[in-house]
Amino acid sequence: MDLLDAYLPHVIGGVTYGLLLFTVASGLTLAFGVADVLNLAHGTVFMVGGYAAYLVTDGSWWGLVLAALAGTAAGAVFGGALSGAIMPLAGRGHMMQALLTFGVSMVVGNLLVQVFGSAELRPDLPDVLEQPVVFLGHNYPAYHLLFIGAAGLLAAAGWLVVTRSRVGALVRAMVDDQDMVAALGVNPKLVLAGVLAVAGALAGLAGALGAPILGPSLHAANTVLLQSLVIVVVGGLGSIGGAFVAALLVGQVHTLGVALAPEWSPYLLFAAMAVALLVRRPPQLLVGGRTT
Amino acid sequence: MTRLLLDTRVWTALAVAALAALPFAVDAYTLSSLSGIISLGLLAVSVAVLTGTAGLPSLGQVAPYAFGMYTTVVLIRAGVTEAPVLLLASGAAAAVFCAVIGPAVVRTRGVVFLMLTLAVGELTAQAAQQWKAVSGGTDGSGRLDPTVPFWGLEPLVDEPAVYWYCLAVAVVVTALAGWAARSTPGSLVRGVRDNEARMRADGHRVGAYLLGVFVFAGMIAGIGGSLLVTSQRMVFPSDVSFSISALVLMAVVIGGAASLGGALVGAGAVILLRDWTAAYLPGQGPLVLGALFIAAVYLMPGGLAGVLERIGLRRRKEAT
Repeated sequence: MDLLDAYLPHVIGGVTYGLLLFTVASGLTLAFGVADVLNLAHGTVFMVGGYAAYLVTDGSWWGLVLAALAGTAAGAVFGGALSGAIMPLAGRGHMMQALLTFGVSMVVGNLLVQVFGSAELRPDLPDVLEQPVVFLGHNYPAYHLLFIGAAGLLAAAGWLVVTRSRVGALVRAMVDDQDMVAALGVNPKLVLAGVLAVAGALAGLAGALGAPILGPSLHAANTVLLQSLVIVVVGGLGSIGGAFVAALLVGQVHTLGVALAPEWSPYLLFAAMAVALLVRRPPQLLVGGRTT
Repeated sequence: MTRLLLDTRVWTALAVAALAALPFAVDAYTLSSLSGIISLGLLAVSVAVLTGTAGLPSLGQVAPYAFGMYTTVVLIRAGVTEAPVLLLASGAAAAVFCAVIGPAVVRTRGVVFLMLTLAVGELTAQAAQQWKAVSGGTDGSGRLDPTVPFWGLEPLVDEPAVYWYCLAVAVVVTALAGWAARSTPGSLVRGVRDNEARMRADGHRVGAYLLGVFVFAGMIAGIGGSLLVTSQRMVFPSDVSFSISALVLMAVVIGGAASLGGALVGAGAVILLRDWTAAYLPGQGPLVLGALFIAAVYLMPGGLAGVLERIGLRRRKEAT
C-alpha cells in the first residue's frame, strides 16, 4: 500500500501524459484509418499549437480559452494545407506521403525554432492553476488535474461524434467503402480534407493545452510523433477506442516506467508494441486496414 | 555502338573504375567523407531491396544498420579487428535481429509497415542512446582501433586505404544484392509485390519469402553499419537517428526505388548536397534538407532513372 502511495503521483502524471498523447494520437489514427495518410508532420502541428498558446495567453482564464481556440484553428489550417499538399501525390504510394510530410515537418519545425528560439516557452497561466493542489495526500500541479478533466471531456465528445452523429457515420463509412460514400452524393475528397483538418485541429489543441506539460520544441515534436505512432500501432488501425487504451498505457510507461526502471523504458515501449502485434489476430493486420 | 552506350553494365563498370581512381584525384578529407557516404549507400541499397523488390517501404532500416555498427564497435573494443570477422558478425547480428522482429513486421503492409518500421528504428536509436556501456551516449564510442583488412595485413589507417576497402565491400555486396534480385527467389518476391493474392492462391508461402527478403536486406544494412565504424573510427547514436533514415529514403527515391546502383548514386548526391549546404549556410542544414525533400517528391516522380527515361537516355523498364 505504501508502495502504491509512493508511486501515485507518477500514476496520475502518467494519466495526464497519456491523455495528452491520446489527443494527438486520435488525430493521427483518424488521418491514418480514414484518409490512409501517414502524417509525419503531426508532431510539428502539436508544436504549432504550443507556440500559438504561448502567443495568446496572458495569465487570465480568457487567455487560456483563447489559447485552446487558437491552437485548434492553427492546427486545422495546417492540417488542411497538408491535405492540399498530399492530394497531387494520390496513387504514388505511402512512401511519398511520408517523405513529403517529413520534409514539411523539417522546414516548419526549423522555421518555428528560428522565430521563437530554442528555449522552452511556457504559456502564461492563471495564478490559481500554477498552485499545487493536495489530492489523496500528495501535491499535484493544479493545471494537470484541469487538463485530465478537459481531455477526458474531449475524448467523450469525440466518441459521441464518431459513433452517434451523421458526420461520424460518414467518416466511418469512408473507412469501409469510399465509392459508396461518393454514390450517396458526398464528395470523398472533401471528407478526406475535412478529416485531415480535424486531425490537425486535435494535434493543435493538444499542443495548446499541453504546452504547460510538454512545451513546444523540436524534441517534443519528435517524441509526441513517435509515441503517437506506437499508440496507433498498439491500439489498432483507425480505432479511437484502441488508441485511448494504448495512450493510457504509453503514458504509464512514460512516467511510471521511467520512475521504476529508467534504463528499460525505451524497451518497454518496444515490448508493448510487439505484444500487441503478436496477440492480436493476424487477419486484422494482415491487410493493413484497407491498404491492400 | 548505341547498344553499347545503353547497356547499364558498361556504365556500371566505368563508374566503378572512376570511383576506384578517385584517391588519385581528390584530397584526404573528401575521401574520408566519401567512405562515410559509401556506408550510407549500402543502407540505401538495403532500403531499395525492400522497397523495390518486395514493395515494402521501410522507414526503419537504421535499426539493423545500428546492430551492425555496434557489433563492430564491440568486436573492435574486444581486440578483434579483422575485416572478414567484422563484416560477417555485423551482417549476422543484423540478420538475427531482423529474423526476430521480422515475423511480426512482415505481416503488415502499406502504412502500417511504414509506421511499424519507423517505430522500430526510432526505438533502436533511443536504446542506443541509453545503452551507454556500448554507445557512450551522446559522447560517442570514443576513438576505435583501425580495421585490419585480412590476417597478416597492415591496418587501414590512411584515407585511400579505408576508401578502397569500403568501395570494394560495397561493390561486392551490391552486386550480390543485384544477383539475388534476379535469381528465382528474387522473382518470387517480385511476384508477391505485384500480386500477393495470386501468389497465395498458387500455394506460395508469401510470409516466408517476405521474411527472407527482410532478413537479407537487414544483413546488407548491418554490413553498411560495419563500414561506418571502419571509415569514421568513432560513431555516435545520432548516426542511426531518424533523419538518417529519411535521408536514405530520399536517396532511394531520387535513385529510383527499383535500382540498386541508383540507390548508391542517390545516397552520394543527397549527402554531398547536405554537407555542401551545411558548409555554405551554417545552421540552415535541416531547413534546406526539408525543402529538398519536398522538391524531390514533387519534381522527380520515378527518381533520376525516371528523369533519364523522360529525356530518352534510358530504355523504359518494366513498370515497378
